[in-house]
Amino acid sequence: MLNVEKIRKDFPILSRKIHGKPLVYVDNAATTQKPRQVISAIGEYYESHNANVHRGVHTLSTEATDMVEEARDKVCKFIGASNREEVIFVRNATEAINLVLYAWGEEHINRGDGVVTTLLEHHSNLVSWQQLAKKKQAVLKVVDIDKEGRLVLKKNDGRISHGIRREEQVLIGPLELLLDKRVKLVAVTAASNVLGTIVAIRKVVKLVRKQAPKAIVLVDGAQSVPHMPVEVQKMGVDFLVFSGHKMLGPTGIGILWGRKELLDKMSPFLFGGEMISEVRLSDTIWNRLPWKFEAGTPNMAGMIGLGAAIDYLSSVGLENIREHEKNLLSYALPRMEELEGEGIIEFYGVRNVDERLGVLTFNVTGVHAHDAAQVLDSEGIAVRSGHHCAMPLTKRLGTVATVRASFYLYNTQEEIGRLVEGIQRVKQVFRI
Amino acid sequence: MDIYREEILDHYKNPRNFGELADATYKAREANTSCGDLIELQLKLDDSVISEARFKGVGCALSIAASSMLTEEIKGKKVSEIIKLDEKFMFDLVKIDVSSMRKKCILLPLRALERALSKMNR
Repeated sequence: MLNVEKIRKDFPILSRKIHGKPLVYVDNAATTQKPRQVISAIGEYYESHNANVHRGVHTLSTEATDMVEEARDKVCKFIGASNREEVIFVRNATEAINLVLYAWGEEHINRGDGVVTTLLEHHSNLVSWQQLAKKKQAVLKVVDIDKEGRLVLKKNDGRISHGIRREEQVLIGPLELLLDKRVKLVAVTAASNVLGTIVAIRKVVKLVRKQAPKAIVLVDGAQSVPHMPVEVQKMGVDFLVFSGHKMLGPTGIGILWGRKELLDKMSPFLFGGEMISEVRLSDTIWNRLPWKFEAGTPNMAGMIGLGAAIDYLSSVGLENIREHEKNLLSYALPRMEELEGEGIIEFYGVRNVDERLGVLTFNVTGVHAHDAAQVLDSEGIAVRSGHHCAMPLTKRLGTVATVRASFYLYNTQEEIGRLVEGIQRVKQVFRI
Repeated sequence: MDIYREEILDHYKNPRNFGELADATYKAREANTSCGDLIELQLKLDDSVISEARFKGVGCALSIAASSMLTEEIKGKKVSEIIKLDEKFMFDLVKIDVSSMRKKCILLPLRALERALSKMNR
């Protein structure tokens, strides 16, 4: 069990007032707040240990190098990886996906190959593959969703039978029907940033290994890694990406985890210092993993900040965080359904607590999402409105914009109550 | 909430000049794709006077209200007067103090008007 009150004391920003009211920060899917422990770790690094890493033998450089490599070990342990060489520091999940695109995709995706992504994807994991498929004249395929926002994996699931069709010249349908031996990549999110749907990655991997043996699986863990325990070896995937700022860490730092066999064969992404072993005028020999993919002076403070965030999360326990969010959902879902029953909101996504993250996406009937978010802000409540970097998904929901409230370990039941009151206030302001 | 005062809500719920203009001389579309606001402005010109102005589309209360108020303002005015309309004019018209994020909602119809005016020059 989490001690939420104790945790909240660690987050200075949570005591802020917005328009005179206590802040209710429920925009965690966009970015998370930072505990003192992370802020201090970064400050302390700059106050006492700052130096460029992997160069020089002086004391400060050695300290800084040890600290960043210790952070790498923390990430390795946190995600259950077996080898630190598989943990690459990047700027964020988006950059990690682009790294795979340039260092793996460019070489392996060719004309006529299949590239599979899903309707749940954030633009980072959709636009990238869409553009690569265009460039290489590969075939882009999209896994469809059902009415509740689950990915459709099989052609027959229970009572419903799903087929393939074309939407805007792109094949869309159940994963089972999209896979074949020409598919080279399956890019899928572990959890939707819009609907909160948790994807059954192991089921996805099983289908892919069976029906598309040449394909690699890349998982976008930006929303899942901060909120649920992860074990990359058990997941059975080839790449996992996530961002530090969504898990109590600073911005500007993220992780690409990839299987060593793949990373070893990939050419570098960015060229420069750190990623070389020997440079002559005519040619260069690359550095070993992981540094082969870390060109230039790294974000030392960011790496250390991420390490401190992992320490914090581990001390609370990811299972406890998941439990806490499920409890919040168990409280929130009936209230959202009540508002829905009264016609006050339209509510999206699965209704099952076990299949979703602590993300509540809705629209107040007759009110544009931005106006609703504006009124909620006047009540001190921070939500996000818009397409949440998922335009095709938003369009599928039958709207142009939605309001999204997303929780984390420091949110409370009381705050959900204030959100519900805030929705009533929207209704009031708009005289509905 | 001043931003959603009576007048704004009225223009949002009962937008003036909303609908299709059958014999429009100029049409122009503008969108805030990040918000999902989409406005099409339709103008009828008689000599150099805007004899009729309509708009259609979907959007937040600010963009709809601003569009409604702008079309009321420009009807019957000469093109030479309309060209002078700028951002300050829009903010004075709507009289709302908004964050930088919502400014583009208010400016949306002005952008559509600018687009329509540039078509006139061709």
